[in-house]
Amino acid sequence: MGFLDIDNATKSYGSVRVLHNVDISVEEGEFLALVGPSGCGKSTLLNMIAGLEEITSGEIRIRGAVMNGVHPSKRNIAMVFQSYALYPNMTAGQNITFGLEMHGVPKARREQARQRVARLLQIEHLLNRKPGSLSGGQRQRVAMGRALVRNPDVFLFDEPLSNLDAKLRVDMRTEIKKLHQTLGTTVIYVTHDQIEAMTLSTRIAVMNGGYVQQLGKPQEIYDTPANIFVATFMGSPAMNVLPARVMMEGTAPVAETALHDGTPVRMPFSQANLAQWAGRDILLGIRPESITDENTADRTSGNIARLTNRVVITEPAGSDTFAIMTLGGRDVIARMRSDAKVAPGIDFTFAVNMEKAVAFDPETKERIAS
Amino acid sequence: MRALIYLVLTLCALFYMLPLYVMLVNSVKPLDEITGGGMMNLPQVFTLVPWARAWSSAQIGVEPTGLSPYFWNSIRMVVPAVAISTLLGALNGYVLTKWRFKYDTILFGLMLFACFIPFQVVLIPMARMLGLMGLAGTTRGLVLVHVVYGVGFTTLYFRNYYAFFPTELVRAAQIDGAGFFRIFWRILLPSSGPIAVVSIIWQFTNIWNDFLFGASFADANSQPMTVALNNLVQASHGVKEYNVHFAGAILAAMPTLLVYIVAGRYFVRGLMAGSVKG
Ligand SMILES: Nc1ncnc2c1ncn2[C@@H]1O[C@H](COP(=O)(O)OP(=O)(O)OP(=O)(O)O)[C@@H](O)[C@H]1O
Ligand SMILES: [Mg+2]
Repeated sequence: MGFLDIDNATKSYGSVRVLHNVDISVEEGEFLALVGPSGCGKSTLLNMIAGLEEITSGEIRIRGAVMNGVHPSKRNIAMVFQSYALYPNMTAGQNITFGLEMHGVPKARREQARQRVARLLQIEHLLNRKPGSLSGGQRQRVAMGRALVRNPDVFLFDEPLSNLDAKLRVDMRTEIKKLHQTLGTTVIYVTHDQIEAMTLSTRIAVMNGGYVQQLGKPQEIYDTPANIFVATFMGSPAMNVLPARVMMEGTAPVAETALHDGTPVRMPFSQANLAQWAGRDILLGIRPESITDENTADRTSGNIARLTNRVVITEPAGSDTFAIMTLGGRDVIARMRSDAKVAPGIDFTFAVNMEKAVAFDPETKERIAS
Repeated sequence: MRALIYLVLTLCALFYMLPLYVMLVNSVKPLDEITGGGMMNLPQVFTLVPWARAWSSAQIGVEPTGLSPYFWNSIRMVVPAVAISTLLGALNGYVLTKWRFKYDTILFGLMLFACFIPFQVVLIPMARMLGLMGLAGTTRGLVLVHVVYGVGFTTLYFRNYYAFFPTELVRAAQIDGAGFFRIFWRILLPSSGPIAVVSIIWQFTNIWNDFLFGASFADANSQPMTVALNNLVQASHGVKEYNVHFAGAILAAMPTLLVYIVAGRYFVRGLMAGSVKG
């Protein structure tokens, strides 16, 4: 039993089920990111934890106490909304202490709490202003202040950064991470931005269509995705997924696929149990950064495969250059150093780090476990 | 071209102002100047006596009280009726948008329907209801009638306004520990200025100008200004004091004019508010 338990929770609107048997257990002090495409049920799950949506079946417990039917204000949670939801008729300061006032905290203590939070978030100079006259970033801080002031057991964030511009978003991301490190409070954080999820969280739950697809540490999710959905959702550019056939060279399984002109090419697997798939088709998953030029190839890897293939186009992106080729009939992206000598139309020798490659069952789309 | 437009507009404006002009000039003339013909002339002798008579000594029905007691009757009726119907409308709008329940749209549809029931249809059932409740012929009875009749409109206004009010604010307040009424008082109402002005102006003018309910349900002690004005003008005995009638009519119209002048500029803004996002 964890600090926050979501136990077989489902949610239906009428006959439409939008969340299916969600099981997540969060330890105290964890930062759990709920990530997934639009409409997958992230907000719904968060609102169920907050008590803003009823739980159709299953249980949610905080510190072992069942929360089903407990009023949101009695759960000792605090929430930051996507729109910030600052009360427009109150000043920033009043916004921050409104919750304390509702809980009957005496004025002097409210004042203290407000000063403490304002100092922490560096918004002392904004306390007397109305939300309407604050910038997006400032509103964001006030909204965080309103959540922080209550010393909750759990912070719930619903896409708190999605209304900010790109630069501010990165800054606030760092700030949220720092805050979590300072305060150590448990956080559930909803986002559809997989980079936010990767950088902030201690664990990630990847959701799709109302199901939790995978729950694990960011690196686990990235390196060993449970299925093709998770593999392609996490990471940017997305993981390359291409058809291949498992062949045997002696006792070692290799992946056979086709170059741009149809010439077969073989790359040895590091995963020995794929021998059981000999002669069968799989889907091969390779991250763009696992395909480079020979000089940049990961020297710690014990399994680098080389292949020479036609470059279709290149996309310079400052720090890297992406080269796109046709492999197994699919567009495959390679992440090259920006000074790599790739150009459209040339034949280039790529180094593929097969230690990091994963194989998926083409029927179930699940990863073939090693 | 521009000059032509302005000319036409000015002429139209003057044409619409004409009745007001006639009322004003004739209310400050001695009676013989009017009966002598010359309705359109400016007064030769300026006098405020007709105004004083209309307010405090003209014959209304059988009593020479002037309009003043009826003015206060109207105030005693219109202030609570406007306040209660606006507040109820706000509360209804809040529930219909933020505490949705099964069949709430049907309920709202029925309330809207109330806006389109002609006054005449409800006269007899309403008279019976007031009688049963012991409110016949009282100001409280009139307040009740106007609240019941107005709440459809005020609900419509507030519901449409609150539909654009972010539901996340209500959720944030719930997490902060505010209950149903606290959220209403502390979060929604303070942000309802524009639509409250619309509701108040609408209700005030309708209730103040109402004649039918006043004539049907009030007794001599609770008659509103409009009914008294009618009695003043219709008085069958003695000479017709047109100058006093004009003064009385202006007195009766004054409060609605005042409300428009004070709050009118918020009216259009409030009506637009929903469409541009509140
Ligand atoms: N009140 C409701 N009635 C019916 N269906 C609803 C209701 N609220 C949400 N849904 C459905 O539930 C599903 C999950 O919605 P939810 O808001 O949790 O998605 P989300 O993952 O937060 O998406 P986004 O990233 O767009 O915010 C959606 O398909 C949505 O249409
Ligand atoms: Mg959402």
